[in-house]
Amino acid sequence: MYGNAYIDPNEKPKSIIDGEDPIKLADFEARIARGEKIEPKDWMPREYRKQLIRMIEQHAHSEIIGALPEGTWITRAPGFKRKLALMAKVQDEVGHAQLLYSAAETLGKSREAMINDLITGKSKYSNVFNYPAYTWADACVIAWLIDAGAIINQVANAKGSYGPYGRALDRICTEESFHLKYGHDNVVTLATGTPVQRKMVQEALTRWWPPIMHFFGPSDKISNHTEILMRWKVKMATNDDMRQQFLNMYVPKIWDLGLTVPDANLKKNEETGLWNYTEPDWDEFKRVINGGGPCNAERLAVRRMAEEKGRWVRAALLNKSEKYVTPLA
Amino acid sequence: MIQSLDPRIAREKINEENNIAPLTEMDNWETYEVFHQKKRGDQHIHVGIVHAPNPEMAFLFGKEQYGRRGISVNMWVVKTSNVFASDYDDSDIFDTVPEKQYREAGGYKVMSKINKYKKENTL
Repeated sequence: MYGNAYIDPNEKPKSIIDGEDPIKLADFEARIARGEKIEPKDWMPREYRKQLIRMIEQHAHSEIIGALPEGTWITRAPGFKRKLALMAKVQDEVGHAQLLYSAAETLGKSREAMINDLITGKSKYSNVFNYPAYTWADACVIAWLIDAGAIINQVANAKGSYGPYGRALDRICTEESFHLKYGHDNVVTLATGTPVQRKMVQEALTRWWPPIMHFFGPSDKISNHTEILMRWKVKMATNDDMRQQFLNMYVPKIWDLGLTVPDANLKKNEETGLWNYTEPDWDEFKRVINGGGPCNAERLAVRRMAEEKGRWVRAALLNKSEKYVTPLA
Repeated sequence: MIQSLDPRIAREKINEENNIAPLTEMDNWETYEVFHQKKRGDQHIHVGIVHAPNPEMAFLFGKEQYGRRGISVNMWVVKTSNVFASDYDDSDIFDTVPEKQYREAGGYKVMSKINKYKKENTL
């Protein structure tokens, strides 16, 4: 479960290949153009490393934080089978975080440094998880539609050029397919149930629609920067392309259940094949991603508590003669 | 104090301020490389890493992380620092002469010799 990496639109667009060795850069680009993967100890441009660390780290944080709104519902999930399934899903999400932290570690940032940046609020994570899951139906809508969005993003990124990230994503995508089916099954159960259940799932969908539209991030500025990141296969699709793909795949499935998407302008243009929609409120997105959302403080506080309470256990187990070595792959 | 919809979190009365000391190096221990065998008879293959303070815990974490869907019958964990690995920069060490027929089965064509011999000796 994951949202697209957030790049500050105000970041200064300077040339990202300034000062790189032209021969090494040409070799590197030729390797990617041939469809070969980049492995941890390979030479890579500074900006390639920086962007990947930022992306993979944000992705890892999103998995950890994303488990929190859903984890809330484990004790209250209706029925034994759903409790089992939700526990499995939450465990998967935390496992995904571990896979991703490992991939980022191979680029030279330690897991401790990443966790520090998360709990101090320096690193971002997917904005959707700063909203609460009010009812069981919210947890179902998250499991279906947020995970659906995540799969679109992750399938695209799995074809990227960095070997360890691609391998982690292949594994993650396999597990996400269970999450998606589980979420769909839950939403269908509510949508085909009693009037109270239908009302509950409709209200959850209405609440989650704006965060879902924010999920892929604002339109990419067409810049030299984006163009190079796409050539390096760091960024595999534009935010708008992924949003269109999501709408195309899931709006018909939502309508199929007789549910209403809270956007009167949502309509497929049959000529272009693209969806028209009301532009999401990007000021709200910015406000929430910078700490102003309903759950930002809670999410980080819970994460800090977990780190703090586990610290003595980790310290007790540490063998002081061991040294940290960057993982191989 | 954190006000949460989640009753478990509300009970914890967590402070909103960040006042914990940052994690220091090795807080999450060193790493182990994990290898698993999907079924008896297969080779063990590398599946990823875990952070652990000792091999026993590396195995427990490896089992949970890579074997929880019942796709492994056996697992190895090896401390990353104990792996001696080649450098991608040195991948030319695997280059060799292009003519390698002498070490392949297809490089030995006996039938033509046998047939020639049979023909010449009208066997």
